[in-house]
Amino acid sequence: MDFGLSEEQELIRDSFQGSLSRLAELDTVRRTAEAGAALDEDIWAELCGLGMAGLLIGEDYGGAGLGLLEAAVVAEELGRRVVPVPFVASAVMAPLAIRLGGDEDQCRAWLPAMADGSLRVGVAVSESAAGAREDAGVTAENGVLSGRALFVLDGVGAEGFVVADNAGGLHLVRADAAGLDRVGLKTIDRTRAVSELRFENTPADPLRQGEGVLRSVIDAGRVILAADSLGAGEEMLRQAVDYAGERKQFGRAIGSFQAVKHMCAEMASELQPCRALVWYGAYAMEHEPAQFSLAAAFAKSHVDEVGRFVARTATEVHGGMGFTDLMGLHYWFKRLGVNRAYLGSPERVRDEAARLQGFAA
Amino acid sequence: MDLQDRAEHKAFREEVRQFLKENKHLAPGESAFSFRMRPRNLAGEVRTWQGLLVDHGYTSRTIPKAYGGFGAEPDILKSRIIADEFFAANVIQGLGNQGISMLVPTLLEHGTEEQKQRYIRPTIRSEIVWCQGYSEPNAGSDLASLQTSGVEDGDDFIINGQKIWTSGAHIADMIFCLVRTEPDAPKHEGISYIVFPMDTPGIEVRPLQTMTGTPSFNEVFFTDVRVPQANVVGGRGNGWVVANSTLKHERGLLGDANRSLDSLLRVGKLLQNESLDGHPLMENPLFRDRFIRLQARVQAMRLHEMRMITDAGKGKGRGLGDMVVKLLGCELNHQLDGLGIDILGEIGVLYDESPMLRDGGAWQANFMFDLGLIIGGGTAQIQKNIISERGLGMPREPKVAGA
Ligand SMILES: Cc1cc2nc3c(=O)[nH]c(=O)nc-3n(C[C@H](O)[C@H](O)[C@H](O)COP(=O)(O)OP(=O)(O)OC[C@H]3O[C@@H](n4cnc5c(N)ncnc54)[C@H](O)[C@@H]3O)c2cc1C
Repeated sequence: MDFGLSEEQELIRDSFQGSLSRLAELDTVRRTAEAGAALDEDIWAELCGLGMAGLLIGEDYGGAGLGLLEAAVVAEELGRRVVPVPFVASAVMAPLAIRLGGDEDQCRAWLPAMADGSLRVGVAVSESAAGAREDAGVTAENGVLSGRALFVLDGVGAEGFVVADNAGGLHLVRADAAGLDRVGLKTIDRTRAVSELRFENTPADPLRQGEGVLRSVIDAGRVILAADSLGAGEEMLRQAVDYAGERKQFGRAIGSFQAVKHMCAEMASELQPCRALVWYGAYAMEHEPAQFSLAAAFAKSHVDEVGRFVARTATEVHGGMGFTDLMGLHYWFKRLGVNRAYLGSPERVRDEAARLQGFAA
Repeated sequence: MDLQDRAEHKAFREEVRQFLKENKHLAPGESAFSFRMRPRNLAGEVRTWQGLLVDHGYTSRTIPKAYGGFGAEPDILKSRIIADEFFAANVIQGLGNQGISMLVPTLLEHGTEEQKQRYIRPTIRSEIVWCQGYSEPNAGSDLASLQTSGVEDGDDFIINGQKIWTSGAHIADMIFCLVRTEPDAPKHEGISYIVFPMDTPGIEVRPLQTMTGTPSFNEVFFTDVRVPQANVVGGRGNGWVVANSTLKHERGLLGDANRSLDSLLRVGKLLQNESLDGHPLMENPLFRDRFIRLQARVQAMRLHEMRMITDAGKGKGRGLGDMVVKLLGCELNHQLDGLGIDILGEIGVLYDESPMLRDGGAWQANFMFDLGLIIGGGTAQIQKNIISERGLGMPREPKVAGA
């Protein structure tokens, strides 16, 4: 048994850490977020140079042909630095959907451009993954789509979409397709983009049918969001510990007060086992497929809860400073908040976990 | 990452199953779950069963052959297979008491060759039962302030003082005990870790009733107890270091993820089997949600343990990851017991004797006992001090003069 990263995986982690520590300074993140861009082109270009966009795309199509564990390792680093680039949809869920559901022509048409970062693809599965809000939903009939899809991940600036219909089928849609309207949605998290799509007899190219594909795409997305939250949570803890060591009140560092220490100890304790949960979720996709959905559900729902706890506690350790825009801690707070809501809230995901195990009809 | 069952593991699983099929009838009837309800009966049955498990390597698996163990390489998948199969067969596993889980690893690390030869074999076979004499009335969390004294007299120490909360002292053959042998040395440098028989003249054990209704711990009084200096483990005045090695093992034992999994599976059965207004409780979404929450936590702890073992195997030092296990594991177990009680509702508060009692009253007993384990072995607050100061490197508490 080996429950750890391989040397190659550690190398991937280190190279992303190295690049991001240089590129994704808080000032850069802030500039991008305040401009409402949710995408820093320089960071995007450099990370694509490291193979980020093509991680999960086979070598035949110009990608790196790696697995979900490598993607989770990268996601953790992106979360740690609240990096404003598309990832969960464009580099994980969309490639996976096409890999699993696409025929040779579809793969050729989409994957190579996605692998080099020249084609960014958003994913519209929120109604399937988290349930439909405001009666949103997409119907597919005679090769065209109609309806609304909300909370489309990595949607802004995307040139194409993977769209789930109400029956669990998946479709490829070009952003310039007739009858497609895209509306950006502003969320608390300005480091990543989300949008709404409106379809009116929009031509679409269906992927191979099958619940299994959609299921895997959602599960993979959940693991990646959990990995992102893990990185974000660890960074918030690191900042809290640092701050507590520097800030003085009553003549001593606030980190020497037990109440503050115990807040940090609790955050550390809650975060530690999350890593194993995330790694296993990612590993299960390729190696223990029968366990994948459940493992992804555990990772998503548990890390969501830990993420909320860490986000508030780390902020609290900073006192008034934590509440300011200046400190920038809120970028992590908000990223965690959004990860929790996307692709199924913890309650929803736990309910699915119960069903998966036959505990509920 | 590689968690695949190899051919070797499949064969091993078969071997364990075969063993259980052939020997199940020898296992003590008492389920591991309810042992806390009754004073432990370590004679006869249990000892035979324990010996059989040692012989086959289903417990004390990695203890060197030279000291009576099975001498296997650490292999967590095999340990897991053993745990899973014993659980599935509803058969009691190897014992995990203070002697086996705490003293033995400490002796392996700090004992002399003679001490290892003498104590390890009979301990893992449960022929010697141990108790842990650390806490004193005035030395609990602040253990290093302990006052039980050992005064040199020729080749011996003469020990005087009192221990308290000593689990199992009333049934123990031996004690590993912290004694102040160097009164002039600084607090942490004057302590020795000494082992001696509980029938040495001058020892008096007074059982203390506990909240569970079963006296599981005791007061132990020492009056001029004569013990050879050769019984010191790890060197005179070095007891603090040795004791911390034991505590490290104790904390691993107390946070054991297999124990949590065992509880979780029992809670799951309860949810499926117990009904309210004619419906199984598992149909109630609120209980289901509580269950799945804890299930995710148990899963996290099991996987975390695998990661820690992998790290240890690669020679990565013990760090934050190990420090959190006692705190999280003990709290988790207490939560699981609490869910069990809530599922049972009014039935869950029945105790002692009632035809409706479930699992011999173990849910309440464990709920209380597991709170005891949140306190014992270093309280939750002390764990948080350790995690923040040693794990996260946060500033130490300012010292009070004279403490
Ligand atoms: C079921 C059970 C079995 C036990 N078995 C044994 C045994 O076999 N052998 C043995 O030697 N001992 C045993 N103990 C004793 C156990 O180790 C002590 O109870 C424990 O270390 C706490 O010490 P105390 O009881 O003196 O509590 P105290 O130290 O008085 O603590 C009381 C409260 O104050 C808090 N506190 C104390 N110091 C600090 C601090 N620095 N920072 C923050 N909070 C603090 C504690 O967290 C706790 O909440 C057992 C205890 C229990 C409950």
